[in-house]
Amino acid sequence: MSLPEPAADAARLLGRRARIRPAEWLFWALAFAALFLLPERHLILNSIAVQALFALSYDLVLGFAGIVSLGHAAFFGVGAYAAGLMTKFVTGDPLLGLAAAGLAGGVVGFASSFLLLRGSDLTRLMVSLGVALILAEIANKAAWLTGGTDGFSGMAVGPVLGRYAFDIFGHVAFAYSLCVLFVLFVLARIVVHSPFGLSVTALHHNPLRARAVGVPVNRRLVAMYTFAAIYAGIAGGLLAQTTQFVSLDVLDFNRSADVLLMLVIGGTGYLYGGMIGAALFVLAQDQLASLTPQYWHFWIGLALVVLTLVGRERFAKRLGAFARLLPGAR
Amino acid sequence: MAAVLETIGLTRHFGGLVATNAVSFRLEQGARHALIGPNGAGKTTFINLLTGVLSPSEGKILLEGADVTTLQPDARVRRGLARTFQINQLFAGLTPLETIGLAVSERLGGGADWWRRFGARPALVTEAIGIAERFRLTDVLDRKTAELPYGKQRLLEIAVAFACRPRVLLLDEPAAGVPEAERHDLLATVAALPRDVSVLLIEHDMDLVFSFAERISVLVQGALFREGTAAEVAADPAVRAVYLGEGDDA
Ligand SMILES: Nc1ncnc2c1ncn2[C@@H]1O[C@H](COP(=O)(O)OP(=O)(O)OP(=O)(O)O)[C@@H](O)[C@H]1O
Ligand SMILES: [Mg+2]
Repeated sequence: MSLPEPAADAARLLGRRARIRPAEWLFWALAFAALFLLPERHLILNSIAVQALFALSYDLVLGFAGIVSLGHAAFFGVGAYAAGLMTKFVTGDPLLGLAAAGLAGGVVGFASSFLLLRGSDLTRLMVSLGVALILAEIANKAAWLTGGTDGFSGMAVGPVLGRYAFDIFGHVAFAYSLCVLFVLFVLARIVVHSPFGLSVTALHHNPLRARAVGVPVNRRLVAMYTFAAIYAGIAGGLLAQTTQFVSLDVLDFNRSADVLLMLVIGGTGYLYGGMIGAALFVLAQDQLASLTPQYWHFWIGLALVVLTLVGRERFAKRLGAFARLLPGAR
Repeated sequence: MAAVLETIGLTRHFGGLVATNAVSFRLEQGARHALIGPNGAGKTTFINLLTGVLSPSEGKILLEGADVTTLQPDARVRRGLARTFQINQLFAGLTPLETIGLAVSERLGGGADWWRRFGARPALVTEAIGIAERFRLTDVLDRKTAELPYGKQRLLEIAVAFACRPRVLLLDEPAAGVPEAERHDLLATVAALPRDVSVLLIEHDMDLVFSFAERISVLVQGALFREGTAAEVAADPAVRAVYLGEGDDA
């Protein structure tokens, strides 16, 4: 069906937000090139991919829905345990394990989203933090199931798609995590540019006006929060499967703080910020931790102070125009 | 004639202040009705009660005969009650086309559509363009709303409300802050809206009020003070005393 001239123009304008920028091709080309060019770095690349998915999830919450949270590890953690339990007691198939992880994250996300509908940013920070602390304590007390402080091991994760068995060098692990990240990224990209996604962006800009054009704000927030929690659960599941281990630190407060930091580093609201931030964060952690193991938090703290005070925008300007080539970046 | 919107004893307290005081009000089908009153009379509060931004302390609100007193604002919009804001409430980062498109999309049930690209539905695009034309926004369709001239932002306020395809349109000082030269154009655009949309206009500029309204209600200190045809209200000495006399400094 062909539209009359002005309408065709308008359709093009409306589609522009969703257009794929050159820098995006570059981003993913680099990511997949690492699969072939950096085989000796696959272990750390795998952990970047996992954190990137977790940060992507947090961007959906913070950057798109505008919900500040200090408890995003809750969904990561239950996802990790769900994948672990699935492997141990049901099936070693990784994809089914991820499905369980996503489901667990989503259920907890859906249930807790209702606590975040009302209140200021501070209330939301505290409530999300509280939920994560409660879950961490439950995991600690339920040592018969989770292994408590010793962690949860003895997971025999089967081969991916029944063919590719995990190896100790992280080759399959990275390929697997990167593919999962890519597929979920594409899905997230579709969602944020859909009518649903635009309504979430709009209600973040101005909830009063969003309600006044008929957007059921609370329902949309619940939906977006749950969607993001599924992603976080899957990220946790990936960590559990690729390291064949789950310990209490999947629910740790630090993990929630770190993911916030990744978003601060990379920028919110354009989907790539969390992933870029995760890469920088994990690489910096790796470098600094081997140089000065005790002072890692000193450096990350310093980076945080500088980024926040100097401003990422000014910082990014000096780093070049890369961020501006990405969609939705201001 | 049938009332499309009706309030019964609508009251709202803010602490000790009675901002809306037992207002029983009827908006007739197809009306061109103005609500006037001095600053702080409670006009905006009344609109906020009607639209569900505030909940009343007492009283009822009927929209096409159905009680909507406890409905959420978005549910009232879906029932055909749309409004503009006295102070612009727009999406700074979206374009006018996206803003209008969003309102159309929500009405067409687009909120549940998470897999198609926004703007992929021809029906949405055609309708959004039509509305943009009606409100003379075609030349700024693709600018960021925050960067629009103020007059265009005021037009967009009305356009996005109209995009909800309301049965009742509540306009809270749509011309406020708009340069004198553009005010009449703006009101002419409102007056040209289809008659199946009933309009309640809040406005301080008496020329605009009398050029637009067939009926006028006067609100003073939260209560309905007078109501009648434009001619009746214009001729009412009490109204002149409380309101028109003060209008000179506005
Ligand atoms: N949220 C609120 N909390 C407390 N008082 C309020 C609130 N909103 C309005 N008021 C008070 O209620 C009264 C009516 O205010 P309102 O904004 O409805 O007046 P108005 O008729 O729209 O005035 P204007 O012509 O200046 O726009 C004022 O005294 C105002 O200070
Ligand atoms: Mg007002």
